[in-house]
Amino acid sequence: MFKSVKTGLGLACVLAVMAGCSSTDTEDTGNAMVDTTPPPVVEETPVQEVAVPLDNVVYFDFDQSLLKPSTRELLIKHADRMRAATTGTVRLEGHADELGTREYNLALGERRANAVRDFLVLQGVNAANLEVISYGEERPAQEGSSESARAMNRRVVIN
Amino acid sequence: MMKKTVSLLFTTLLGCVLAVSAQAQLVVEIDDGTDNPTPVAVVPFDWSGSGVLAEDVASIVSSDLRRSGLIAPIPRTDMLSFPKTPEEVSFRDWRILGAEYVVTGRIQPQASGYLLSFDLVNIFGQRKVFTKQVTGGAQQLRDIAHRAADEIFEAITGIRGAFGTQMVYVQETQRGGQPSYALMLSDIDGARARQIRRFSAPVMSPSWSPNGQEVAYVSFETGRPAIFRENLRSGARQQLTNFKGLNSSPTWSPDGSKLAMVLSKDGNPEIYVLDLATGRFTRMTRHFSIDTEPNWMPDGKSLVFTSDRGGKPQIYQLTLATGQVDRLTFDGDYNARPRVSPDGKTLVMVHRSRGVFTIATMDIVSGRMRVLTETRLDESPSIAPNGAMLMYATKRGSKGILAAVSLDAGVKYSLPSQQGNVREPAWSPYFD
Repeated sequence: MFKSVKTGLGLACVLAVMAGCSSTDTEDTGNAMVDTTPPPVVEETPVQEVAVPLDNVVYFDFDQSLLKPSTRELLIKHADRMRAATTGTVRLEGHADELGTREYNLALGERRANAVRDFLVLQGVNAANLEVISYGEERPAQEGSSESARAMNRRVVIN
Repeated sequence: MMKKTVSLLFTTLLGCVLAVSAQAQLVVEIDDGTDNPTPVAVVPFDWSGSGVLAEDVASIVSSDLRRSGLIAPIPRTDMLSFPKTPEEVSFRDWRILGAEYVVTGRIQPQASGYLLSFDLVNIFGQRKVFTKQVTGGAQQLRDIAHRAADEIFEAITGIRGAFGTQMVYVQETQRGGQPSYALMLSDIDGARARQIRRFSAPVMSPSWSPNGQEVAYVSFETGRPAIFRENLRSGARQQLTNFKGLNSSPTWSPDGSKLAMVLSKDGNPEIYVLDLATGRFTRMTRHFSIDTEPNWMPDGKSLVFTSDRGGKPQIYQLTLATGQVDRLTFDGDYNARPRVSPDGKTLVMVHRSRGVFTIATMDIVSGRMRVLTETRLDESPSIAPNGAMLMYATKRGSKGILAAVSLDAGVKYSLPSQQGNVREPAWSPYFD
């Protein structure tokens, strides 16, 4: 069953907090919960100087915009880097697979990108630095009608 | 019998503005017809000018009638004679062939084009039904043929012909390893396809103005979706929206004064109506779900749209005066992108049935749903102005093609593109 956006958001909040708490990453994820005050611009360890590129695509189930657990782990890492970066807007590009109508899929792509945005904001990323755009099913990552192609196309790309 | 001359001035203007792209044409393939189509013989038309005509006009008339599914043209090779006038028609010969009607015609050169005089002869009744005339410019032989087909079709079936209408669609091709998108305009039989505009970013959701002079569409050329309107005669173009988030699904009101659309500037997709004279946007829906794909009822008093407010995409009706929203579809777990028949009685939509996306109709009063298509990944239905057929987009193999089906599902044909993927057909209104 599909959750409403509000419910989905609520769930994302809870899950975000849970993910933050249960994280065993060595990096500092404690401030993930500090969502009322923006994180201070502390010159913490510039450990990401020679950063390994993070995977910048997250995937979704059919007609869904809820973040999968593996997605949340990846987004927490992205959030850490975004907080450390001082400039630049990040584009969150939402996409859908070929199933269903084009205009509805445009809305679905936006809902997915919004879910990623909301999660990143909960992790302390400044919302003003995040731009959401949806391409719906107009720019597939992979052509074809196989389930694997469709799964690759239900995505949000972090640029 | 009364004679009638039809002017084709509008199409002349349109033809001048737009360049023809021959390799972009769509080719008709008939898949299915009705059980008892009326046999009609369209005899090759007599040409009294010099040289050879650029088009076989009788053959175009014949193809038009055949595509309707309601008429079965008799092949030229079966004809025993080629009468030029009703007086030369041998009723006995044509009765042997089973023809119920015979069409004869004569084309004469005129100062700036052609004059077609054509006759419809009832073989069983042994009488001439009518003689009519159509004139057109030097580049309008196809328009002349479509007008003649309209007259013949209406006389035989009682349904107004729509063979002279056009369509706009989206074509995607590869150019230098990059996808290239074009908004295309063609005759409704796929012929004379020409490019309205080319884009390096996606273009989608073309919608005709009710007077047939403009299209509205969504283009990503600015880096985000924005709604444009473009005049097909002059090429003049205007960007109508540039809001944060979605700017999508424009559809013209029946009186041409407003555009319904979807904007997500409030946080999630909502239906808006733009008054084109004042530039004022009015928000019509207030719901945290996806509300999209608005389309007008013919009386302009309400909109039908897709919403997942019930958990899955279903079709709802919004009464503009009161803001009241009523759910229309209950059959199946995915019903979207509604379009309304010209008489306001039938909804066509994308319907998921057993996991397959098809085109379905629903009688609005009874709620009875009927699946029309057996292809897969069917989407973007667009109804002809006479309400007899609809055009939609589907897949053949991995290729996007256009196809048509009658609203009673009896007639089917497809229009595969010779180049690239085609999708999102929008059937024009009548041009007069």
